[in-house]
Amino acid sequence: MSFIHVQAPGLLTTVQDLGREGFGPLGVSPSGAADPISLRLGNRLVANSESAAGLEMTLLGGTFHFPEAAVVALTGSDFGASIDDATVELWTSVEVRPGQTLRLGATRSGARCYLCVQGGIVVPSFLGSASTHILSRIGGFEGRPLRKGDVLEIGSATKSYRKRTIGPRVRDCLSPRGALRVTRGPQWDWFPESSQRAFDAAAFRVGEESNRMGLRLEGAPILRAGAEQMITEGVSLGAVQVPPEGLPIIIFVEQQTTGGYPIIANVICADFRRIGQLRPRDEIRFEQIELETARSLLIEQEKLLASEELILE
Amino acid sequence: MTEVARFQPASDRSLLVRFGHEITIYSNQQVRRLLRLLESEPIAGVRNLNPAYCSLLINFDALRLTHSELEAILRGYLFRLEDVRLPDPRQLEIPVCYGGEFGPDLNEVAALHGMTPAQAIELHASVTYVVYFLGFVPGFAYLGELPEALATPRLARPRRSVPPGSVGIAGKQTGVYPIAIPGGWRLIGRTPSEMFRKDRDNMSFFSIGDRVRFTSISSARFTALENA
Repeated sequence: MSFIHVQAPGLLTTVQDLGREGFGPLGVSPSGAADPISLRLGNRLVANSESAAGLEMTLLGGTFHFPEAAVVALTGSDFGASIDDATVELWTSVEVRPGQTLRLGATRSGARCYLCVQGGIVVPSFLGSASTHILSRIGGFEGRPLRKGDVLEIGSATKSYRKRTIGPRVRDCLSPRGALRVTRGPQWDWFPESSQRAFDAAAFRVGEESNRMGLRLEGAPILRAGAEQMITEGVSLGAVQVPPEGLPIIIFVEQQTTGGYPIIANVICADFRRIGQLRPRDEIRFEQIELETARSLLIEQEKLLASEELILE
Repeated sequence: MTEVARFQPASDRSLLVRFGHEITIYSNQQVRRLLRLLESEPIAGVRNLNPAYCSLLINFDALRLTHSELEAILRGYLFRLEDVRLPDPRQLEIPVCYGGEFGPDLNEVAALHGMTPAQAIELHASVTYVVYFLGFVPGFAYLGELPEALATPRLARPRRSVPPGSVGIAGKQTGVYPIAIPGGWRLIGRTPSEMFRKDRDNMSFFSIGDRVRFTSISSARFTALENA
């Protein structure tokens, strides 16, 4: 058995996999990686299954000591990683020799960086997943973000190192710039035309109080004409909820399963990972597209993930 | 009564099924019937279900299903809804220590309705509530209906953290906070019973459809039950 010693946890580091779907009737939301594509690719680089558990770091990475040899990959945003002072290439599998230390710093790009280890991070499975749900203290490592001194178990795997990397063209395609694409939300019609237009045209700033439950947006308020009360109903991942004061909240991975605020729009699946890479103070806009277009974009994204040019050896 | 069910896409991978536009026992039973049917005969590609008062949100894998394909399959389910038998509801009792530090809003709620705190407690404990659904956070049950005379709007400024076990009211709903979370419901008491435990078979104390009564207990009894 081999282990990772957490010498510094970073700002907010949790064990995540692709989440626990299917427990909505209990009020349990899926949780899972905020940028699932980075986790999936990181796992493939180290020859894990896509759904193996890895570490999700937020804005500031940690310091991890490896007493034994390991094969790791860092994906997502660039946190300026090094192993014993040698720079570590992102999106590439790397061999760690016994006794080496992996250090990450503050982000130089987006919000989250993933550390995937060959064999995966082993924690007790809760409802079929290793994902930490911070608010309800379930899943992951003792249901909480990592702390200094934690020792994580690495799953046994026949150690095999091959240098694998994700091609730059694919990386570009997976990170489209520009507006977050949305489809109309169930309560789009509850907003007067002026608010609908304002929503389509406005720029919002991601607020400091954003987290894995939701991203609070700042900007010109999106107001409703009436004060009609909504009957609480189910909320989808990526829903753009508008409370009475008019500042939207993007519902995210550690989401409430139901809610009572009108939902003006919903971010498309193909852009979920981009929400996971948004930092406080980032500026965003929304672009409305049709359901069919959203579906084509998802199919395109999955095709790219399955393509032969994805992983270069 | 299948004609009352309406479909609406909620996102590019979810579909809302609504049974009317008001909270009634009947519309909630329709939700529970459809939930039951979907749990016993799952549709390939459906990933998650979020029941609520009179709607069911169905999340699906958009690579395997389209909204219209899912709707077509669901129509077949809706035809059979009236044949779905719901299990006999469980009758549950929840001990609550009302007022004091456990129910910091009790006095204000009573005053708002021109009654004494004792009358407010009596009223809250006088009716049998229905668990309409579990949602928001793990194990949170939406219970209704609160007697009209107790219906109270949420706090203008939600608390940053509500202790687990707190019994709150909001509008004509009442509920018990299972975990420490921010919350805007008015707190009138606290129960020593644990609402959500991951080491228990049925992790949630409540199940959808349960019938629930609150019983008033002393703080001494609260402490005894908490340490039991």
